[in-house]
Amino acid sequence: MNASLNSTTVESVIQRRRDAGSGALVGYLPVGFPDLATSVDAAVALAENGVDVLELGVPYSDPVMDGLVIQRATQEALKQGFRVRDVFTAVEQIRARVDVPVLVMTYWNPVLQYGVDRFADELVSAGGAGLITPDITPDAADDWIATSDRTGLDRVFLAAPTSSDERLKRTVQATRGFVYAVSTMGITGLRTDLDAAARTLIARLRVAGASTACVGIGISNPEQVHQVLEYADGAIVGTALVKALADGGVSKLAETAAALSAGTTLN
Amino acid sequence: MSLRDNTGPFFGEYGGRFMPESLIAAIDEIAEAYEACRTDESFQAELRELHRSYTGRPSIITEVSRFAEHAGGARIILKREDLNHTGSHKINNVLGQALLTKRLGKTRVIAETGAGQHGVATATAAALFGLECTVYMGEVDTQRQALNVARMRLLGAEVVSVTTGSRTLKDAINEAYREWVTSVETTNYVFGTAAGPHPFPLMVRDFQKIIGEEAREQVQELTGRLPDAVAACVGGGSNAIGIFHAFLDDPDVRLFGFEAAGDGVDTPRHAASIGKGRPGVLHGARSYLLQDEDGQTIESHSISAGLDYPGVGPEHAWLADIKRAEYRPTTDTEAMDALRLLSRTEGIIPAIESAHALAGALKLGKELGPESTILVNLSGRGDKDVATAGEWFGLFDEGARQA
Ligand SMILES: Cc1ncc(COP(=O)(O)O)c(C=O)c1O
Repeated sequence: MNASLNSTTVESVIQRRRDAGSGALVGYLPVGFPDLATSVDAAVALAENGVDVLELGVPYSDPVMDGLVIQRATQEALKQGFRVRDVFTAVEQIRARVDVPVLVMTYWNPVLQYGVDRFADELVSAGGAGLITPDITPDAADDWIATSDRTGLDRVFLAAPTSSDERLKRTVQATRGFVYAVSTMGITGLRTDLDAAARTLIARLRVAGASTACVGIGISNPEQVHQVLEYADGAIVGTALVKALADGGVSKLAETAAALSAGTTLN
Repeated sequence: MSLRDNTGPFFGEYGGRFMPESLIAAIDEIAEAYEACRTDESFQAELRELHRSYTGRPSIITEVSRFAEHAGGARIILKREDLNHTGSHKINNVLGQALLTKRLGKTRVIAETGAGQHGVATATAAALFGLECTVYMGEVDTQRQALNVARMRLLGAEVVSVTTGSRTLKDAINEAYREWVTSVETTNYVFGTAAGPHPFPLMVRDFQKIIGEEAREQVQELTGRLPDAVAACVGGGSNAIGIFHAFLDDPDVRLFGFEAAGDGVDTPRHAASIGKGRPGVLHGARSYLLQDEDGQTIESHSISAGLDYPGVGPEHAWLADIKRAEYRPTTDTEAMDALRLLSRTEGIIPAIESAHALAGALKLGKELGPESTILVNLSGRGDKDVATAGEWFGLFDEGARQA
């Protein structure tokens, strides 16, 4: 399967925005927060307010890469009875309403327990684009690499400022969709200053052969989006969106998304 | 192949290194430094000297005949890790990892802790080596092991009470990982049990295997032969693998791990990961895990903070699968009864964790008969548990309770 032939693949959407002189906005929200139906409406609102690629989080009991805002939201979703199968319902409903690619961001054990093949097949049926896997690396993901090769799903792996050149090269080779560059040595959360480490990491990823690389973690306002898009192909925003949804519901979320997406066209 | 030679990263299908990329460089650095230390005579000599002059090794063995009268007449011999400086086996591992921290040139250590014993040991080593120290501990545990919180603070460590998730050991580990991601350049993570990503299960086991190596000699000297059975409690599995390891290639020595059964393994409130869990990935390794159908971790329950963990080290998962070791449950009540029995018959107050192994040994003795000898790892002393025991048995005078 040749991903670049499809106009709505993650990579083609990001590249189209980059080629137009700017870059993409990637927006994260957890499934099931504050409830399943609202999380679907919220994701649709992102797409309708300028978010180019959706990243749907799977609530998990042990989210080691998440800060407090996202932890609170995902714990609430779990308390409300979130089930892993709800992810496919959400993806399907979102894809029926808006034409943006949907990636699923998930810790590894829920996929493992669902069955890697079964999870992938149901994600394909629901119209999902692939997985972002924050707590495994390509060298620990043989089963997922085989399954994503079989199904054509994107597999987004993370790159960190501390990653060696050799590891960056392997990550770039293993990745499909975009490389997720961790901006700073931290977990998800708001930061006022974006780390210069992000700029350096993106430059190193280019040398390692990355055609599409987005920066995530710590981006919370339009200026930061704009700043990141000077050197990266996409800016990933999570905590700021989850906080808007938690504080002011879908309407506040829509406003925040629109403001952030203005950052992709600032001069 | 000798079972003792397995050095990971995989033990059968268990173990590995399932970790965020942000921590891989630090873990690689530890793995590489540890690989060098494993065969570095100066490192090993420095550690041996610390054990001799600081920890108080070798720890003795004590035969407990009055206690053994309640075990069908079998001989019961305790390996006295409770007599180590800081009161448990945890110091064996911590001194090793603290020396490694120095070799890495890092100036700060972080640790997770359940019962507080690993936290106390880490705070102790940090004081000894002049390192900054922060310990993460679930809020439930800071309450039930308040004495150890004060001990850590006395030793100069910062104790962070973790209020997310189940507020016990697993969440303390999550929080320590989160913190480590942000401070990895100056900070080493001193992991407290034989679980987590490679090389922790290997490294912690190597630092703890001195327990079994000493005991194997000591028991032979006392009885003229190897024990018939070796018993230990299993939280993450460090004291158990520490005493098992020297016996892995002695096929006539049966190995028994006792998991915390809380209210009972047929209730939802227990911590029997091997007995009741199934394989999954948590905290960086594949192993047995208490989890629901969706792979969400199920909260464990045990009166013992040190055993209140829904996972277990990968080497135990492997030993269980190949049937080299057997894992059995001990309930809260059985453990507390054994704690009181050892106190009254021998004048030794064990940690509640260790009491799970003692309760197991009482049953094993009846099963194996009066000709048998059982070696039990007394992994820690019960000073930290006096408040819990006082409440359990109603030992406090009305109105005389101390905070
Ligand atoms: C005295 C004692 N024994 C046992 C344990 C359980 O840990 P592990 O299974 O790693 O030996 C602890 C943990 O805190 C402990 O303090």
